[in-house]
Amino acid sequence: MENLINIFVKSIFIDNMIFAYFLGMCSYLAVSKTVKTSTGLGIAVIFVLGFTVPINYLIENYILSEGALSWLSPKLAEVDLSFLSFIMFIAVIASMVQLVEMVIEKFTPSLYSSLGIFLPLIAVNCAILGGALFMQEREYANIAEATSFALGSGVGWFLAIVGIAAIREKIRYSNVPPALRGLGITFIITGLMGIAFMSFMGIKL
Amino acid sequence: MTDKEPLFSAKNMKLLREPLGASNPITVQVLGICSALAITVKLEPSIVLAISVLVVMAVSNVVISLMRKIIPPRIRIIVQLVVIATMVILVDEVLQAYAYDVSKQLSVFVGLIITNCIIMGRLEAFALANKPWPAFLDGVGNAFGYGMILILVAFFRELLGSGTLLDIQIIPKAIYEMGYVNNGLMVLPPMALIVVGIFIWIQRSRNKDLIEQK
Repeated sequence: MENLINIFVKSIFIDNMIFAYFLGMCSYLAVSKTVKTSTGLGIAVIFVLGFTVPINYLIENYILSEGALSWLSPKLAEVDLSFLSFIMFIAVIASMVQLVEMVIEKFTPSLYSSLGIFLPLIAVNCAILGGALFMQEREYANIAEATSFALGSGVGWFLAIVGIAAIREKIRYSNVPPALRGLGITFIITGLMGIAFMSFMGIKL
Repeated sequence: MTDKEPLFSAKNMKLLREPLGASNPITVQVLGICSALAITVKLEPSIVLAISVLVVMAVSNVVISLMRKIIPPRIRIIVQLVVIATMVILVDEVLQAYAYDVSKQLSVFVGLIITNCIIMGRLEAFALANKPWPAFLDGVGNAFGYGMILILVAFFRELLGSGTLLDIQIIPKAIYEMGYVNNGLMVLPPMALIVVGIFIWIQRSRNKDLIEQK
């Protein structure tokens, strides 16, 4: 249990998706104009990450990696399908996004109307595929660890996008040099926020 | 074909040249930032990533453009993802075979070429509506625009952060003895954002059309 909480906190603050790995930057820059929409996108990212990483974890460990197919028959113990992982992961993500969208639409229409437009965008958000690939690279011991990593990364991404949206709402009233307006200043602020987040580095959990 | 135009007509050259400046994928279209920033600490992985993106982009642009009339619009995103993912797997296998060290350094960022917004963006915006040859040029042009920023950022970060270029010591020992110190901040991830921010600043002060309205 303690281990799970450690992974969760570590992936929120220390290995933050945006500030440490720049994943999901495109939607981060495009959708962070107001706090309200970025909250919606942030929640959608937590949601989709929380679903796709565990599923990809199962696929990775029971189908793709070397010897993973041995539960089917001992003859398959030498099959190594790991070269297929990119295409499997992106297929899972694209179909899960579609599925999550339909489920939300069916059961909680109010959530759907607030998340609706963001869900299709998420299929091509690097943070989601990045989550799956980091899960593969870091070799988490079991599915609970992978899930807590996924949720933590989602929450970290959420914090980052809501933070920058709040700053961008305020900065609209300040006197930014014309050439820096919009994109330029957002980059620099994100860099400064990243430096602030770096103070978490080196914390051993 | 009756309206045959020369391979390097003015219109086609424009496709190659524009992404280098006025419609640069990173600084103007804001596409493909995700992978652009994380690997620019050193020059070598940046060059490798730029070449990989060039290959993936040129080939997938041509493939999608060849298939543009038979792809049903409803499932085009899945088709595009499959084409890109196949290309990325090929590139990844080649890198692991011939440049293992670099491939280890790039780690997940080779895979992330799949969700690189530039590729999807150009497929959607250009390849689906144009013939293979212009689509190829568009892919190459945008990949060059992307690679150019990648290599520029990496150049400054490696030079100022470690005093080397391509792991060769550039800043002479004598300067270090006079008290020069490498700027350790440049090696850290946030500086990539600030360096790109400064590039955008410089570009927009030179080209006033790009300035955003309030």
